[in-house]
Amino acid sequence: MSNLIYQNAITTDDWTLVELPKVEKVVRMQAGKVVLFHLTGENTISAAQIADTVIPPNGLVLLPMSVYIARKASLENRVAKQEVGIWLATHERLESLIEVEPDLNRFPLVAVFVERFADGRIFSLGNLLRTRYGYNNTLRAFGDVLRDQLYFLKRSGFDSYLIRADRNAQEALTSLNDFTRPYQGAVDEKLPVWRRVSRK
Amino acid sequence: MYKYDEIDQQLVDERVAQYRDQTRRFLAGELSEEEFRPLRLQNGLYIQRHAPMLRIAVPYGMLSSKQLHKLADIAARYDRSYGHFSTRQNMQLNWPKLEQIPDILAELATVEMHAIQTSGNCIRNITTDQFAGIAPDEVVDPRAMAEVIRQWSTFHPEFALLPRKFKIAVSGTKQDRAVVQMHDIGMEFYLDGANKVAIKVWVGGGLGRTPILGSVINEHLEWQHALTYCEAIVRVYNLHGRRDNSYKARIKILVKALGIDEFRKQVDAEWLHLKDTPNTITEAELARVAQHFAAMPYDNLPVNNASFEAEVANNVAFAAWVKRCVHAHKQTGYRAVTLSLKPHGKAPGDASSEQMHIVADLAAQYSFGELRVSHEQNLILADVQLGDLFAVWQQARAHGLATPNIGLLTDIICCPGGDFCSLANAKSIPIAQAIQMQFDHLDYLHDIGELELNISGCMNACGHHHVGHIGILGVDKDGSEWYQVSIGGKQGNDASLSSVIGPSFAAEEMPGVVQRLIDVYIDQRTPEELFIDTVRRLGVAPFKAHVYAAKEIEASHV
Ligand code: HEM
Ligand code: SF4
Repeated sequence: MSNLIYQNAITTDDWTLVELPKVEKVVRMQAGKVVLFHLTGENTISAAQIADTVIPPNGLVLLPMSVYIARKASLENRVAKQEVGIWLATHERLESLIEVEPDLNRFPLVAVFVERFADGRIFSLGNLLRTRYGYNNTLRAFGDVLRDQLYFLKRSGFDSYLIRADRNAQEALTSLNDFTRPYQGAVDEKLPVWRRVSRK
Repeated sequence: MYKYDEIDQQLVDERVAQYRDQTRRFLAGELSEEEFRPLRLQNGLYIQRHAPMLRIAVPYGMLSSKQLHKLADIAARYDRSYGHFSTRQNMQLNWPKLEQIPDILAELATVEMHAIQTSGNCIRNITTDQFAGIAPDEVVDPRAMAEVIRQWSTFHPEFALLPRKFKIAVSGTKQDRAVVQMHDIGMEFYLDGANKVAIKVWVGGGLGRTPILGSVINEHLEWQHALTYCEAIVRVYNLHGRRDNSYKARIKILVKALGIDEFRKQVDAEWLHLKDTPNTITEAELARVAQHFAAMPYDNLPVNNASFEAEVANNVAFAAWVKRCVHAHKQTGYRAVTLSLKPHGKAPGDASSEQMHIVADLAAQYSFGELRVSHEQNLILADVQLGDLFAVWQQARAHGLATPNIGLLTDIICCPGGDFCSLANAKSIPIAQAIQMQFDHLDYLHDIGELELNISGCMNACGHHHVGHIGILGVDKDGSEWYQVSIGGKQGNDASLSSVIGPSFAAEEMPGVVQRLIDVYIDQRTPEELFIDTVRRLGVAPFKAHVYAAKEIEASHV
């Protein structure tokens, strides 16, 4: 049984997730370095890892953003055939993708990996992808995705959710509609309540 | 005050259902302890030393009589018949049962209340001046905007899981009473040169382990943009605030690391995209909300009231109470009243169910059925006629609500500390009680004059000890409880953080230490000089010398 939700229903996953080869965990100390603030405690990706990433030769592949950026030239063909999706982790800089690929709609799928439930950066990333960078295709959340994030993810522009493997996606579906009439405008419903209805 | 329409009500009802299901899944083992944690926290439920603690939202401190009656009933039915009013104008129950929280929430929803976002890493309850709307020095009543911000921040999807908690305070007076500089975002509303409402915005204030006063990020923001501008600030914080170390995760740390100028640059860059998007507030929406805060239907009263003046002249105890607990009002012939939740020897900020019912009745009878919670942890009747003050005093006094100590040494701000809080280094309530008993002499207390004493049980600073004229902090030394004393903190426009006077003290030494600080003040003060002014004029040295000299003499006697 698939654990993937697309819009309001369970669906099958046609994409192959491509991951970077694992490396020994190095704990990097930041000592207050501002530039790398958002990377604090998170591993950076090495050139070797990018080079060693194995991309399946056929089918729909969901590639790490860093791999796509570094190996873009060799992937043009497959992008043209709509076979390439991109995923990034919440601490990665979305702007580095935009710099090399301003038209995100060339990808049928963009996915954001959230390592921990409590990491709310995913919501800002969804919002930016939709509102700033004009991304219109499928936007997926995966990783530590549980039903209690779904409503917020939906409102932040996501329409695809891969529920963590040990949880029931069918039950999770109900949480997409935890609230009927939100107060503030966001990505899905752009208007705040006071612009949608006449309140007394 | 603000009344729910069916949209507000539906949201709160849906929240009860959602939380009921989350609790069910947790109890059924479908959610792990760790997964349930952020969910219950977003709903104000801490797991504490003895029991869970539930924090109920009192938006910007406003309550109706009906709501307070309900809180009293809930405290009686689900807890031990008392509640604790907090420095963030909320109410806490110390002994509810986890399984019963959904029922408590359902009861709260019947009186337009909830516990949404009262803890957890999200935008918390908006706080403001307890005298909003009635203070003579008020320029702009901040409550309508506080409500607009409350609605905007409620389940804001982008900011549901921030690096750390996020607190916004608003004020509309020259003399800041909402400590806006101590908040993640502080907003002061004022009238600009064109007589339009504008906002001065501070960012990155906060106490806790790293006390910092906020920096000004915008001197002049037009009110329409309050929400989109906050979105820009919180987005920069959400994306770049630290998430690896919860002690370094507040926005103040990010602002400090980047510097206010770089932080402002990033916010402005973000705001370029957000400015004028649909969350921009319209005149119509502000007017809709503001009508809920229209002035009360006041009677036209003369400036003076003969029976009131006679009672003041004849009754020393009443006069003392009027001096401390009755405050000026915009409307002629009306006054605001503080009902002290600081009777000597009781836990500061606690009110029994019985007292809550009394206060709710007083509000209904004398103050248009509304009241407020102050961040000093007292209750306020905002609109009392001069001629009713004596009757209010008599009833309040009969129920231990009229200690004439507002603004005085025994009006202590104190966190729950080691009696309730699992993070505590030391108990704080017994220290407050011991100090209150040491100064349990009203004439003496009035002679000492205005003085703020704040106690926190650990460096998380829930008791705001850094801004107390006298601040007391519980510290842990080799597993036993000690207290560090600092002086010279102050809130308000000329806020300052206090300085530590020296090595810490044992619990039983504390009343004596405070006594010696006061002795130096009494000895050295000029006429009209408050404790804080004397500390500012003389510095820490003479206080330190006297306190530790006494300590050495004691030691040499042992
Ligand atoms: C009993 C359970 C409580 C626990 C476990 C608790 C925990 C904490 C923690 C960990 C912090 C520090 C957060 C940080 O620095 O980022 C904090 C701050 C704070 N707490 Fe509490 N607290 C409790 C009760 C209270 C109560 C009863 C009040 C009000 C009387 C209160 C008011 C505050 C305030 C105002 C701050 C903010 C200080 C700042 O701006 O940094 N807390 N609390
Ligand atoms: S200051 Fe420390 S001891 Fe007091 S309530 Fe806050 S966390 Fe607990």
